[in-house]
Amino acid sequence: MVNLETNAMGLSFKNPILTASGTFGFGEEYSQIYDLSILGGICSKGLTLLPREGNKGIRLWETPMGLMNSIGLENPGVDNFICKELPRMKEYDTVIIVNLGGHCEEDYFHGIYKLNDSYADAIELNISCPNVKSGGMAFGIKSSVAYDIVSKVRRICKKPLMVKLSPNAENIPDMAVACEAAGADAISLINTIQAMAIDIKNKKAVFDNIYAGLSGPCVKPVALRMVHEAAKAVKIPVCGLGGIMNAADAIEFIMAGATLIQIGTANFIKPDAAKDIINGIYEFLDNENIKSLDEIRGII
Amino acid sequence: MKVKITTVAENKQILNNIFRLSAVFESHIKPGQFFMLKTTDNSFLLPRPISVNDVNGDIVSFLYRIEGEGTRRISCLRQNDEIQLFGPLGNGFDTDEIKGRAAIIGGGIGAAPLLYLAKTLGKNADVYLGYKDSASMYILDEFKSCADETFVATEDGSFGEKGFVTDYVPYGSYDAVVACGPEIMMKKIIDSCGKNNIKCYVSLERRMACGMGACLGCTVETKKGNKRACKDGPVFMGEELI
Repeated sequence: MVNLETNAMGLSFKNPILTASGTFGFGEEYSQIYDLSILGGICSKGLTLLPREGNKGIRLWETPMGLMNSIGLENPGVDNFICKELPRMKEYDTVIIVNLGGHCEEDYFHGIYKLNDSYADAIELNISCPNVKSGGMAFGIKSSVAYDIVSKVRRICKKPLMVKLSPNAENIPDMAVACEAAGADAISLINTIQAMAIDIKNKKAVFDNIYAGLSGPCVKPVALRMVHEAAKAVKIPVCGLGGIMNAADAIEFIMAGATLIQIGTANFIKPDAAKDIINGIYEFLDNENIKSLDEIRGII
Repeated sequence: MKVKITTVAENKQILNNIFRLSAVFESHIKPGQFFMLKTTDNSFLLPRPISVNDVNGDIVSFLYRIEGEGTRRISCLRQNDEIQLFGPLGNGFDTDEIKGRAAIIGGGIGAAPLLYLAKTLGKNADVYLGYKDSASMYILDEFKSCADETFVATEDGSFGEKGFVTDYVPYGSYDAVVACGPEIMMKKIIDSCGKNNIKCYVSLERRMACGMGACLGCTVETKKGNKRACKDGPVFMGEELI
């Protein structure tokens, strides 16, 4: 049997397949469908220091082979997460990565201080949520601004640190290099692409916030290109995500240079999609007589 | 709840744009629960949340109206075609809690999830159905065969009483009211039940992605904060809604 064990950020993952923030809650719902211990890891729903109610109005809108969302980081806040959600998540025998967003530097710092003493295995620093000002996208456009916040967080963060990049960054390779130089242990990309829909009968934008985040199969070719660019630019592991629906998509991202993979929108299409993808990767490697993902990682 | 790729037993046109699809799905299903339905040809992305219309042994049926591309594609499925079913989802109606005499009120396509409830409550419930006109009525006979009394109103008076069905319900005669239909109709019913101090259960519809409480896309604002239509609902107590 092929071994999919993957080492990144000083952590050992059973396989490279993680579930993406915002598509998997804190795992509780999906644990009723399959054993989450088969996963390489789980990225928590995006947290902010304080609880947030999220956005008003329509939050979901389907496009041809895509999904726009404007949830607005509805979450229980870091303290409630640490008390109520994290103990249960730790029962799954998998790597738990906590996604943290922030409105200002202090939000990130206070969140990190609290998470430093928690059971979280790693932090995914969200500098890329397009749906709220407090989601941190302001930090994810210019690489100099990203360098500043990531290096400050790095100084206080005791956990492995993965930085989640926005496809709306001015320049992906520059952004990846800036995060690496600032001390990130890994980068993940892409967060959703800022997008828009208009209800022509009501003559109004569909979303109260006007813009929303686009995910799903329609963003995959763009995400793949950006992961390829980032992987060429840095030595730290790259976690690829963006419209990965099946094992073949995941293998494309690995060939483009991704060490880890996140499954997002696919969790909505079939709740046990991540399980199918893990099995599909084994099957592909077996059929192709490939012993390890190292043989195909970054070959393009 | 479980996800299963099964085959369509029947997908029958009931009315112009209303269909009933049935399939084998072994599970305990409560009235008011729903499933996420998806064709397996990837012709659209997100599964569609469709309420359970009826359950007969291992056969579950869904009555749906074509609203967009997803339901249109589902309507094209034929017997023995593959379909992905994920469910049962949501809280459903707690039939043990609905004590005494109940009025079941359905408006338009909102009558669909109420048939299985009407069958379960049997002669303890009267059914009130509101339709636009006689041409848009469906499954009336099925309600008649299980409910104690079945009352119909059409907006144009082409069948039954003329006007909105909500105006014909003697709320004071019931211990509980269950409703599903357009939001404006349910708001009227909640108000009337409040005035008469009657328990009111409403089933809500929202856009959904995951269908089980993870994505937070189907928020319902309640007096106790945000709730999820898919997991905390789709059935809510009228009094908790804003």
